[in-house]
Parts: sequence; C-alpha cells; structure tokens
Amino acid sequence: MDRSQGRTGGIVSDGASAAPATFTGNKALQIEEPLIFEMGQPGRCGVDLPEPPKVKDRLNGLRRTGEIGLPGLSEPQVVQHYTRLSQKNYAIDMGVYPLGSCTMKHNPRINEKVARLPGIGDLHPLQPVSTVQGALALIDALAHWLKTLTGMPAVAMSPAAGAHGEMCGMMAIAAALEAKGERAERKIVLAPESAHGTNPATAAALGFIVKPIPANDRGRVDLAALKAALGPEVAAIMLTNPNTCGLFESEIIEISQAVHEAGAYFYCDGANFNAIVGRVRPGDLGVDCMHINLHKTFSTPHGGGGPGAGPVVLSAALAPYAPYPWIVKNGDTWSVAEDGSTVDGTPLGRLKAFHGQMGMFTRALAYIMSHGADGLKQVAEDAVLSANYVMAALKDVMTPAFEGPCMHEALFDDGFLKDTGVSTLDFAKAMIDEGYHPMTMYFPLVVHGAMLVEPTESQAKEDLDLFIGALRSLAERAKSGTAAEDFKAAPRFAPRRRLDETLAARKPVLRWRPSNSFKQAAE
Amino acid sequence: MSVKYSNEHEWIRVEGDVGTVGISPYAQEQLGDVVFVDVPQAGRKVTKGESVAVVESVKAASDIYSPAAGEVIEANAALAETPGDVNADPMGKGWFFKLRLGNPADLDGLMDQAAYDAFVKSLS
Repeated sequence: MDRSQGRTGGIVSDGASAAPATFTGNKALQIEEPLIFEMGQPGRCGVDLPEPPKVKDRLNGLRRTGEIGLPGLSEPQVVQHYTRLSQKNYAIDMGVYPLGSCTMKHNPRINEKVARLPGIGDLHPLQPVSTVQGALALIDALAHWLKTLTGMPAVAMSPAAGAHGEMCGMMAIAAALEAKGERAERKIVLAPESAHGTNPATAAALGFIVKPIPANDRGRVDLAALKAALGPEVAAIMLTNPNTCGLFESEIIEISQAVHEAGAYFYCDGANFNAIVGRVRPGDLGVDCMHINLHKTFSTPHGGGGPGAGPVVLSAALAPYAPYPWIVKNGDTWSVAEDGSTVDGTPLGRLKAFHGQMGMFTRALAYIMSHGADGLKQVAEDAVLSANYVMAALKDVMTPAFEGPCMHEALFDDGFLKDTGVSTLDFAKAMIDEGYHPMTMYFPLVVHGAMLVEPTESQAKEDLDLFIGALRSLAERAKSGTAAEDFKAAPRFAPRRRLDETLAARKPVLRWRPSNSFKQAAE
Repeated sequence: MSVKYSNEHEWIRVEGDVGTVGISPYAQEQLGDVVFVDVPQAGRKVTKGESVAVVESVKAASDIYSPAAGEVIEANAALAETPGDVNADPMGKGWFFKLRLGNPADLDGLMDQAAYDAFVKSLS
C-alpha cells in the first residue's frame, strides 16, 4: 500500500538520533499515522445496521451500483486514529502560541460550559420566536456590551468573521455614498501599508480601487501622504489600529478629521482591539465602522474549535444601512426585525442566514460578563505588558523593527540574522524544535523578514520566560555564525522535517486518490 | 534596445514601440520562490502605475505595476505552468507581458541600469 501519497515529506534520518529505525516507523508517542482512507478493510463496519426494508426503487436508474469508496473501520480504529491525529496538533491548550495578529488567547472553560446549557445549546434557529426570548435577550446584551465598549451607537451582529465584517462595513459605506449620489465618483479606498492584508482585498471585492498609503519611519501612517491622497474621489480609508506593526496610530484623531473633511468614511479594522479594549473607545476616535473579531478579543475558539464571528459597530451616519436581522424589544417581548415591513431605514440586505454565530455570541458574552468592565481593561493592559516584556527581553539579541514600546505584539525584523546564513523561515522552523508554534513571519510586508510575536495576556510569567530563553538561545546560536546548517535542517524533532513549500504551492495535491492496490482490495 | 527600471522593481525593455515588462533579479530574490503569476490579457489598455499583474511567492503576494501606459499585446502564458522562470531567469524567460507603448515619454522618469543598481544598493 502506497502511504506516501499527497505528502511532501518523509521520515528523514537525522544525525541527532543515532538510534536504529523502529519496526513500526513510530518513535515512541510519535506515531506514523496513515490517512483514514488508507486504513481498514472493505466491508468492516463499526455498527450493525439492520437490513433496509424492501421498497420500490424510485431512483429511475440513478441507483448506485459501484463501491462507495468509504474506508471500512471499527469504532476503536476510528477513535484511535483521530486521537493520534489530535496529539500531533499544537494548540493554545498546549503552550505559548505567539502567532502575531491572531490573538491566540486562552478560551476559558466557563464559556464552553455556558454554551452547552440545554436552554442555549439545544436551540434551533427556526423555533418560534416566543420560545427563544432568552436567546434574543442574550444577543441584545452582547450587542449592548459591544456598543458600550466601542462607544458606537449601532452594531450589526450577523457577520460571520473578520473579513465578512469588513465587507459588511464597506457595503454600509458604499450604501451611504449611493444615498448621497457620490458612489460613482468616490471609487478609491485608501489602505495604509500597516493595515491588515484583508483590507485591500475587501475594498477590491466591492469594486473600489485600492490606493496604498506609505508608512513613515515610525511604523505609522504617513499623515502628509494621506492628506495628499485625500480628495473627492476617495470613498474611505481602511486602517487597523493598533496597526500590524503592533503600534498605536498616534495621529489617529488627525487622520479621522482629515478623512471626514474630505467627505470620506473611516473604516477601522478591529482585529487588534484586544490591545485597547476597555481603554480606548473607537467611537471617540471618529471611527465610522469597525468589525470586532469575537474569536480574538473575546476568546471564542479559532479554526477547528468553532466558527469566527465579526460583528460590526456603526456610527450614526452608517447605522441606517445595517443589514438584517436585529433584535427589537417591545415592552417585555423580544422580536427579530427581518424584512422591510418591520424596519425603518434602508438596510443593505442580509449577509448571513439566521441570526449570526449564536454559539460564539454565547461564549463572547460569557467572557465579557465573567471579566466585567474592569477585567476587560486589565486584559488589554496585560496583553500590552506581556508583549513589551517579550520585546524588552529580546531587544539586545534580536532587532525590534521600530523604536519605543509596542502595543499587544512585538515586531522584529531580520537585521540580527544579517550575514548569518539563517533566514526568518529557518529561525521559525527552529522554534518548532523548541516546542513552540512559530510567530507570524514575513508579515507585515513593510518590515524585512518580519517576525511578529503576540503573546496575549494568557501566559504566566515563567512560561514567557522559558519562551524568551528559547528565542535568546536561538538568536545567539544563529549569530555565532556556525549554526546555519543546523537551522537549515530544522525542524529535526517534528513528525515531518522541512516541507517543500514551493512544490506544495506549485503542484498542490488537494485530495487523496486511491492507488491501484487499494482499488483492487476494495473490489 | 535599452532596459529601464521602476522604483517598484519592474523592468521594461524597449524595442521600437514595444516594451517587454518583468521584475528585476533583486525583486525575485526578495520574493523567494515564485509559485503563481497572474498576467494581463492581450488587448487590455493600461495606464502608467496601474496594477496589472500579480506575483505570488511562498512569502507574499505582490502587485506588479505597469511602468508605462499602453496596450498589452502579449502575455507570457508559459508562466502559468513554470512560475519558477521568474526566479531562474527574471530578465529573460521570466518576462510578464509586452506592451505597445502609448506614451514614450513615460520612460523618462524610469531609472537606467546604473541608477537602479545604486537604488538597490541603498536598500540593503
């Protein structure tokens, strides 16, 4: 059986372990795990299914006659397979996960407990409104917190993730321009180099022309360049604050005034809200709309743990264009405004089925209420303190991209690796051997060989100290000038060695296909 | 026949009223292994500085700006299959597109080889 299909790496013997290969190919708990389609035997089944009743075939000749192609496995085989796979995964529940710009903070267990309460976890979105009054009150309570924390008058709860929220906000801006008769003329969206990469993509997807604004030597928006770019053709600026260099846009008031004086709108990317929650209200900065990644700042799970959620807060100017649905309270009764017959204004339609990511709303509200206003303020303070602790502890051996303190993430360039033969990629791979998920690398693009470290507020000081110690050791080894080959060989201890990223991108193998031997066995 | 460079690291080689455009050896080195190139269609009219192509490497995706105005007359279709040509031979087989120049004066603001070499040196 060919078990190498679709994989770019294999087991490479490394000089470090002189031990003979094992019979199984496993290295103790590092199990060589095949794909589930490569396991089992045809015809094996985990459950006894009763014979189907005899029914008249109404499939009009479309009835399947060939093999269905599913692997034949017992229940313990399936359980063991997925458990072994899960043990290969690096997760926030295992240690420092310093992926900059992603806010990989701890997901408190109280959130999960609340989300599983039967009155919440067992709801169906098509239940009669009279039976889900508590759920509607929950959405409204979260909306209230988000509006209060941002100092904004309205919020659209339904967007399903950050980029979806960006789209919602930019659609509201487009609708507002349309209403003023300026949509055709104002076709440019300004995106600073220090903004998130999704910002220009969102603007382009909505038909705007994206114009970059350079960063100054302090890593902030170049105010003079911004003012020069503003004019009657500009629809909006999309700016991230704190920006992707981990820096607060210190001239944000001037930026917002200049944007508004030019008749444009101010979209703020709220992906980095964790650094300022409870401390700064974006509404006070003149923001017209901002999405909030509940899966970042408000601790709902990323990726495989659940969907994202990206509610968008809106200024009074944009509130009339908020999409359906939203929650309305009449006396003691909650209802859902879902169509033109029940709402005023000119909503831009519906962005998502049902009410939004209810499971994430529940977890985010649990997080907010378990922290309280003072606790959220401390979240921001601790996140910023942790990042500055990392920055201060590493700045003599690595090279900070900009002078001065940072916000919630510490950004380094590859200056300290100059002439060592070690690249940012090699450095990141060596971190895997030390037991860490690498930081974000080669982003933001404005910094050469960027390494963006976001420790979040979740880590204990001694865990940060160990992480710092590992990075110091790697930096010193790289700078010794004699370790380039070791770095090129990293990771040495991971289940797979260095993968061929170039081949994977140029000739992607996107799905498993049965080899001939497998097909014969199945027949 | 002369080669000129933009400060966004595109080169343009002019023969008669046709310019061939690509990215410089410095640019491909900074990008790393190129894995995908999106070139403009023949017939497209472009302005100087307009984003007309996209190059993706294992590190980043970047826009390619036209160093001059004109009409695209041919795109390098081979790059779809062999994007590595941009790394292996950026000034030759790795060309992106050919342009019938609309305004030869566009070339005046570009750098010659010596000026570009000095520009690259100032970046490191």
